[in-house]
Amino acid sequence: MNEMTQAARFVGQRVPRKEDRRLLTGNGAYTDDITVPGMLHAAFVRSYIARGTIKSINTDAAKALPGVHAVYVADDLRTLDIKFLQLYSSPTAPAPAMWPLADGRIAHVGEPVVIVLADSRALAEDGAALVEVDYESEEPVVTLEQARALTKAIHPDLGVKPADTMIVPSDDAMAETFAKAAHVVTGTIRHQRQAHSPMETRGVVAQPKGTGELTVWVSCQSPHMAARYLSEAFNLPAHSIRVIAKDVGGAFGLKVQLWREEVAAVAAALIANRPVKWIEDRLENLTSANQAREQEVTVKLALDADAKLLAADLEYHSNIGAFPHGIGANALGMMMFPGPYRLPRLSVNANAYFSNTCGEAAFRGPWMVESLARETMLDVAARQIGIDPLEIRRRNLITREEQPFTTCMGTVLNWVTPRETLELAVEKIDVAAFRAEQAKARTEGRYLGLGFATYVEPTTMNMGGVLSSEWAQVQVEPTGKVTAVISTHSQGHGTETTMAQVIADELGVPFNDVSVFEDDSSRGSFGAGAGGSRQAVAGGGAAIHAIAILKAKIKAIAAHLLNASADAVEIESGMIRVKGVEEMTTSLASLAATAYFETPRLPPGMEAGLTAQYRYSPPPFVFSNATHACVCEVDRDTGVVKILRWVASEDCGVMINPSVVEGQIAGGVTQGVGGVLMEQIRYDADGNPTAATFKDYLVPGIFDMPEIEYCHMITPADNPGGFKGIGEGGAIIGPPTIINAVADALSPFGVRTLDLPLSPPRLLALMDGAEAK
Amino acid sequence: MSDHKIRLTVDGGPVSKTVEARQTLGEFLRDGCGRTGVHLGCEHGVCGACTVIVDGKAVRSCLMLAVQADGTEVTTAQGLAAPDGTLSPVQQAMMDEHALQCGFCTPGVVMTMTALTAGGARPTEAEIKAAMSGHLCRCTGYQGIMRAARKLAGVNA
Repeated sequence: MNEMTQAARFVGQRVPRKEDRRLLTGNGAYTDDITVPGMLHAAFVRSYIARGTIKSINTDAAKALPGVHAVYVADDLRTLDIKFLQLYSSPTAPAPAMWPLADGRIAHVGEPVVIVLADSRALAEDGAALVEVDYESEEPVVTLEQARALTKAIHPDLGVKPADTMIVPSDDAMAETFAKAAHVVTGTIRHQRQAHSPMETRGVVAQPKGTGELTVWVSCQSPHMAARYLSEAFNLPAHSIRVIAKDVGGAFGLKVQLWREEVAAVAAALIANRPVKWIEDRLENLTSANQAREQEVTVKLALDADAKLLAADLEYHSNIGAFPHGIGANALGMMMFPGPYRLPRLSVNANAYFSNTCGEAAFRGPWMVESLARETMLDVAARQIGIDPLEIRRRNLITREEQPFTTCMGTVLNWVTPRETLELAVEKIDVAAFRAEQAKARTEGRYLGLGFATYVEPTTMNMGGVLSSEWAQVQVEPTGKVTAVISTHSQGHGTETTMAQVIADELGVPFNDVSVFEDDSSRGSFGAGAGGSRQAVAGGGAAIHAIAILKAKIKAIAAHLLNASADAVEIESGMIRVKGVEEMTTSLASLAATAYFETPRLPPGMEAGLTAQYRYSPPPFVFSNATHACVCEVDRDTGVVKILRWVASEDCGVMINPSVVEGQIAGGVTQGVGGVLMEQIRYDADGNPTAATFKDYLVPGIFDMPEIEYCHMITPADNPGGFKGIGEGGAIIGPPTIINAVADALSPFGVRTLDLPLSPPRLLALMDGAEAK
Repeated sequence: MSDHKIRLTVDGGPVSKTVEARQTLGEFLRDGCGRTGVHLGCEHGVCGACTVIVDGKAVRSCLMLAVQADGTEVTTAQGLAAPDGTLSPVQQAMMDEHALQCGFCTPGVVMTMTALTAGGARPTEAEIKAAMSGHLCRCTGYQGIMRAARKLAGVNA
């Protein structure tokens, strides 16, 4: 443990995580681990029809069951004034009216209709099974194609129209560009629906306390956001709700926002005036928790004779289900389409549609369609034009010399290295050797493929509202130990460790002396928490600013006590030194004890104690970037794709902890690979979900991924610490990378691989339908 | 609903309780024995998060009833570290290799690896990886788990 206590630079080190000891010994504190006296357990009766009306509900038998304490339908919650907030929506894209339990109309299978409270989860489920609901069923709108047809309203209050539309108009010059272009390349990419599938499902324990006060344990991405959301939903003062979320078993966007079930459980607790626990089971998670990515985009590219991009046109359609967390046509996905390339013009027609399916939620890189569409179509274009996919990238990628570079959508890119990461990945793969191996394999009837994809990831995203700032309070305790409370939060990605590394370095104390707390909304101030790959930039930035204030104070006190100049005071490894006067060395602990307990010795007028706080408003965007490469083999007989190599060549600026960075990349890539090869939320014609267990909804296992090879570049941005964010990138660039590798493997067949998922039956059909040349 | 009295050993201590016939071993360990490190991820035997060791074998505690555990010796992730807090070799390898993120699947992964390496057994890396195919991890892409498997197999140790 020596390196943990000495004056090392902790930033940049593969420091073991502070979280791991409790998690490895089974001593984590997830929501289902919370038990409070008198707690009731909730189970929901959910709709088995996708669209229609509730004719009647009979709860008599359920209420009569011993052990059942309460059975509530929509009307039973009317004593509360409950409002649902949308993660985002606009006046042009209004949200549907919502109530925790289905209120007359049914808009998708799995909608919560009745909540049953009982002594145990088993008894609550017994009670739920005794509830009789009589429905009048209507023909549902299920598929994206059906939703686009706009034949009937999903929500009567919103009429028959797209949920949202975003247009960047074309013009005569654009039309002329396409008419005169040496090459026009067109293709449609379809992404099936995916489920976040965190290993810990959603869950909540709500404990009413006194009048209108609540303690809520909930699996979420920010206790502060959850507290804010609940206080607004129930019209209660913010300070009356305390939200605690110590350990969160993955979220990936699903737990950014509390939704109907969590709100229903809190409402039931308030009405019953008893603590209520609801823990989602996997069936509920796969059929009723919000989902993502059901979208298609038709891309039209114009290129000149040198394969340089001239213009692009996007037509985008997305099925956002019945009750999405946000109503939007993926504006960020459209805006980011130029990526790290010189693309002079872009026109967009993007639409989102409601349907009688589970609603959409943000999922790790919700805008990833930009990279998916651009990178797969660049390969299609290269093949059509007859040049190497690497060559088309080299001719169009922006260089360092061109930065800051303003894209045609007005995004300013700076401190990014797309071209450099591409060349690093090329070198790592050894393309020439691979092509020789590929040619030899083809003579044996084996199909190997190599794919590349390059992107820039907008992180932090201070676009106003709740994303405007993060907050940090750093305190040297009277013992000399350091406690930080930060408005960031961990969904499992280790901020308790990474923030402590930043703090240890900035303040000049041992890593083991720093404790970071993010788990309790009543401890500290508001912040948006985990989301948008913003923790390093926004949380780290807040901590660095707070420490600057704290250090100035420590130096002023030391200078006063030691009769030295503040400029000569240094803090290192928890010791205070005066430059050139070794015998004046004292400990931070002793200085802290003075600051708290011997206040007359402080400089006149100085505030006692050693606490500083700072609310940091980060830049609108910080960009990290990467090029990924994949080598795969497609089995001609089974259609199974085996990934043989994966290279991640990235630049997220200063890495706080390379192991955490690599963990984020690997997790994101694996989710992206799952989305391309196997994960698929399916509905039958009646709107019934048919991937309701982990036997039907396949997520990648250990044999689906190779060991990833990493190349790191470090190009700091100009924000405090030089961090650039890394949380979502793997899930953004993973999909086009593997698609391009499969496309390369199947290039002898002359087929396109743009309809996802690239499941064995689909790839077999493609290969069977076209004989290899 | 019939109730049954069962006696078993959990993490080295005797337990005597009355359980409902329908209660799974996983629920019993969590609710009846305070072993909240037993995580129920799917309750249909796929994800592996609830894995515990029963009489030396790694089992999915969501697929076994509590009454079936009558008379057995059960070990959970909460029973592996030494009294002084020293992690078990599997736990230490997982920590060293950054083999976990959110930690929800982790106790199950640890128990399967523990069963394979019990009593000084040295399974091959391939054997450990094959056993790991019964665990779902949504965070790590299995990268650290692969490294931990290699370490535990004695390669690069």
